[in-house]
Amino acid sequence: MNWLDMVRVGIMALVTFLLRLLPFIAFRNKQIPKYVEYLGNVLPFSVMAMLVVYCLKSVNFLSAGHGIPELISVVIVAALHIWKKNTVLSVVLGTVCYMILIRIM
Amino acid sequence: MHKLKIVLRNTMPVMAGYIVLGTGFGLLLNEKGYGFFWSLAMSLFIYAGALQYVGVSLLSSSASLITVAITSLVINARHLFYGITMIGHYKDAGAKKPYLIHALTDETYSLVCTGEVPEGFSKHEYFFLVSLFDQIYWVTGSIIGSLIGSLITADMTGLEFSMTALFVTVVVEQWIKEKNHIPVLIGFAASIVSLLIFGADNFIIPDMIGIIILLSIFRKPVEEGRKKS
Repeated sequence: MNWLDMVRVGIMALVTFLLRLLPFIAFRNKQIPKYVEYLGNVLPFSVMAMLVVYCLKSVNFLSAGHGIPELISVVIVAALHIWKKNTVLSVVLGTVCYMILIRIM
Repeated sequence: MHKLKIVLRNTMPVMAGYIVLGTGFGLLLNEKGYGFFWSLAMSLFIYAGALQYVGVSLLSSSASLITVAITSLVINARHLFYGITMIGHYKDAGAKKPYLIHALTDETYSLVCTGEVPEGFSKHEYFFLVSLFDQIYWVTGSIIGSLIGSLITADMTGLEFSMTALFVTVVVEQWIKEKNHIPVLIGFAASIVSLLIFGADNFIIPDMIGIIILLSIFRKPVEEGRKKS
């Protein structure tokens, strides 16, 4: 633990902020090109799918559980959400279900 | 008061996950000999969950500065996409804008990316409060982890699934509202193929490139489909 660790934290903070900032400065004071506007409009749909896969990336279908707790819980969250459209309810019940399943499977 | 209640309700799904994951982070960092000050500083200034977890080992292994920079770049490259979506929504946010940009995590993005604002709020006021509440949850968790994490004996394994569940609910909502499903299908296809080819640790950047290429190829049908709905 020393001053170099502070530099490391600083680099992590700076790189992360620059990545978040870059799109905003790239199109500052300019008309946003139609193509970028298009990407901005449709990216949320692709990105949410990407984040779901990102969260499940470490599921190992060959080890204990075989990804079945994840699969069942995701289906329950989706079904509950289609039915009740209540985010808190879907998240809480899905998570409880997952926590039970990984303990019994 | 009423307004804060609405923000609290809408950020509730993030609260549980952030407090638990933040606690896990603080605890891990503490075990490596980095106390309260370090977890507070990292959660305030880096504020990116996955990188902070990896950051624990970057610090404890005294990784080279170039390794730290490249690791940060690779793990957080996906944040480039969030900015592209929010250029329009965060336009003219004035003094709030730097913070809105700093606080644009995966979870906050999932709550603001539609650009929808509840009644009674000005646009940027709502985005700002959501961003601030989310970071408060994360920082609170980190502090708990640093100070009393080792006293928590309850087995919380699996609580991190709440983040997965949150993203699933957003996908479901988007699927119901939006008639054109090409972008979400592109997201799943590119991510799964990329994951199978490049593996869990390296798939995000090829995935992002794949998504951009596919969205560009399918621009015509996507835009025409969106006009109809």
